[in-house]
Amino acid sequence: MQIKLHLNGKEVLADVAPDMMLLDFVREQGCYSVKRGCETSNCGLCTVLMDNRPILSCSTLAVQADGHDVMTMEGCQEAAEEFGAFLADQGAEQCGFCSPGFIMNVLAMCQEMENPTDDEIREYLAGNLCRCSGYQGQLRAIHNYMAYKRREAKA
Amino acid sequence: MKFVNQPIRKKDGMALVTGKPVYTDDIAPKDCLVVKVLRSPHAHAIIKEIKTDIAKKLPDIACVLTYEDVPQNRFTMAGQTYPEPSPYDRLILDKRVRFVGDAVAIVAGETEKAVEKAMKTIKVTYEVLEPILDFRKAKDNPILIHPEEDWKSLCPVGADNKRNLCACGLEEHGDVDKVFAECDVVMENTYHTKANQQTMMETFRTYTQMDTYGRLNIISSTQVPFHVRRILATALDIPKSKIRVIKPRIGGGFGAKQTVVAEVYPAIVTMKTGRPAKIIYTREESLIASTPRHEMEIDVRIGAMQDGTIRAISVNTLSNTGAFGEHGPTTVGLSGHKSIPLYSKAEAFRFQYDVVYTNHMSAGAYRGYGATQGIFAVESAVNELAAKLNIDPVALRQKNMTTQGDVMHAYYGEQTNSCALDRCLQKTAEMIGWKEKFPAQVMENGKIRAVGIAMAMQGSGIPNLDTGAVTIKMNDDGFYALSIGASDMGTGCDTILAQMAADCLDCSVDDIVVHGVDTDISPYDCGSYASSTTYVTGMATVKACETLINKMKQYTAEKLGCDMEELEFDGEKVYHIKTGDSIARKDLGNMNMCAATETLVATEAHCSPVSPPPFMAGAAEVEIDPETGDIKLIDYAAVVDCGTVINPNLARVQVEGGLVQGIGMALHEDIVYNAYGSLAGNSLMQYKIPTRLDMGQLRVEFESSYEPTGPFGAKSIGEIVINTPSPAIAHAVYNATGVRVTELPITPEKIVMGMKQK
Repeated sequence: MQIKLHLNGKEVLADVAPDMMLLDFVREQGCYSVKRGCETSNCGLCTVLMDNRPILSCSTLAVQADGHDVMTMEGCQEAAEEFGAFLADQGAEQCGFCSPGFIMNVLAMCQEMENPTDDEIREYLAGNLCRCSGYQGQLRAIHNYMAYKRREAKA
Repeated sequence: MKFVNQPIRKKDGMALVTGKPVYTDDIAPKDCLVVKVLRSPHAHAIIKEIKTDIAKKLPDIACVLTYEDVPQNRFTMAGQTYPEPSPYDRLILDKRVRFVGDAVAIVAGETEKAVEKAMKTIKVTYEVLEPILDFRKAKDNPILIHPEEDWKSLCPVGADNKRNLCACGLEEHGDVDKVFAECDVVMENTYHTKANQQTMMETFRTYTQMDTYGRLNIISSTQVPFHVRRILATALDIPKSKIRVIKPRIGGGFGAKQTVVAEVYPAIVTMKTGRPAKIIYTREESLIASTPRHEMEIDVRIGAMQDGTIRAISVNTLSNTGAFGEHGPTTVGLSGHKSIPLYSKAEAFRFQYDVVYTNHMSAGAYRGYGATQGIFAVESAVNELAAKLNIDPVALRQKNMTTQGDVMHAYYGEQTNSCALDRCLQKTAEMIGWKEKFPAQVMENGKIRAVGIAMAMQGSGIPNLDTGAVTIKMNDDGFYALSIGASDMGTGCDTILAQMAADCLDCSVDDIVVHGVDTDISPYDCGSYASSTTYVTGMATVKACETLINKMKQYTAEKLGCDMEELEFDGEKVYHIKTGDSIARKDLGNMNMCAATETLVATEAHCSPVSPPPFMAGAAEVEIDPETGDIKLIDYAAVVDCGTVINPNLARVQVEGGLVQGIGMALHEDIVYNAYGSLAGNSLMQYKIPTRLDMGQLRVEFESSYEPTGPFGAKSIGEIVINTPSPAIAHAVYNATGVRVTELPITPEKIVMGMKQK
């Protein structure tokens, strides 16, 4: 099937099998930041933004992205670097395999909510599993990042 | 120390957080054959006939292999130093299948779809055999898991395949029975821990290809590249010189990748077809056909006097190694060696164990490696003893715990040169508010809050065995290249070893470049396991830097025409202490690349005769709904003595990550087999690892001792951190409800049923 979408700001025209998942499609397009950690939509590693909202690319068909804007970490390197530095400064990326999906969701959260509480943060990111960090360092990174963004907004 | 003890960012950190393609599947060639394994639906069966003719004829299928196509060399997949204590009990494909998920055939093709279609056409006729699914019934059962004549055990570990025994043994010190007879109280109970999954986010994966020189290259997500080379050479029956192993970035290991789970499949496909091949385990495969923690049933007896003096401890462990013996003989040892010595003031101990084969998937190495199971049992028993004697559990520990200078008879007779366990316990109790909160308080809404506590220890590498080597090389303009054979699996060893080298060489961490492991290039390292990298490879780093400085001085002495002893190195230059004449490091690097007859390269190896234990204490506060048994973890406080903390950030995240894995083991991660030996928890839907909603609040502190045999006074950190949650949470549950949960995980059902029975 023919699909036409914007992937990281560029128009992509492709012929895809009807059962191809968006995850496999974007990896085929060279977006290797997008990872698969399970087959049951439990881990959140494959999170990408479709029309600015976080979705699981493992359970979205590539054809469903037809006509939409899809953003992977390859398309928001600056923002990834900005938040990622706070994560790395906690050492909380550890193996890093879950970082792209997690960071995409953090960026979506920060767009969606102003000054979320810890409980709201945990709730929003509950679908992003991480086996290395124990989550506490990720929370510290989010706190530091949000404080930095607030300072930046004031300045 | 400019860089040691500093929270330096991980060298690969920014590449990881910006999603760069650095993992195995990101860098695999696009024309790789896709490799998949057809797996057994039976727990125990013999393959009578296997028809692959249709599959082989299908388009896009390159290779279909059965037991008739593989070398007949038995081997172990355990990544251990040769000769491995784990028995040689495997073939790449065997006529006998020993668990639901065991490999039956290997299929390789151009696309995943083609391979999946081909797998459906393979017709297998099985003679289904009765399995052994209860590990308590395995020893001396007439059903044998490994009746084969070519089964072989290389080490004297008490293995006997004709008795389903992977290992057995007995150790004791003092007159155990006499001391028990003299005790006022003997506390006895039996504890059961399950085969938890490491559940690293990146499942097992490997790609293989032939290189320019006709050698098999294996690019794999592994903790043990050098062991992979040796094991694959045996399995494939080819010389070791024909194999090169490269480790890219790894998406987590936690011990899982200390076993060569997936490498053999693409490797044999590449050998047969000459083509690049890759295998990416599904999460399901990673959960049903991998290498989880050894299930153990542990009987503990503790003899004590009325005043709380612990005089004797006995631990009797039954360990389930499953279908194959990977890490079976060694994990069981830690269930006694790293639990009993927490109380080394006791006069006598006995440690007895059996490790048995069953028709479950093979167990393997998981963070904690047997110590986790043993500590759950012994620390739970100590908490029960405290209740029996009506002594505060913290006070009981303070009276009996190992302190600096103690000889630990159950730990190879080693003496503690560095032990801040007393400070760890004290501080943990303060952090959780032990005095105010022990044992429990009923909240206004009827829920009960309670606290529980436990201690733990681990080792730092395997003494007299683990080998870590490091090469440091000077380059143009004087920058250094540090080559290590230890596998950074996200834990940051590339960075912390560079921090150590920077301090030794008095330069910045950025002046040192680090390279991942390549068995052709890197110096030998047994791998990243047994909590060895910081302690063992760290020491090799210190030694290599010393040697390099000496070489720089020697080189300078020749150039300046003086004695080496008259020279000093300050990081930027080698200079004469009297004349002040010097050669800058930058110039040394450049001079060494023009008309040089000496190299400014140093390689040193290290092996330690001792394995100094890190120590810690952990305390949990839980909230329980007595109506439903629902349990919430509110707060977890942990204080760790890992000697000098090399990188406070990375160490803290190790602790927090280990605690949450331990919390998962304690509360969520259940292993349920059905009557036919099929595992229910075959996805992350059923095998629930903690989310960020499940871990409450973690608070971590360090109480450092100084380990004289370690680099900069450091000991290990990686494994110990998983050991306290299970016993501490079980203790808190008892303090809240009076229910002793002795089988993990501690579910609401167990709590509420226990409360009903009271």
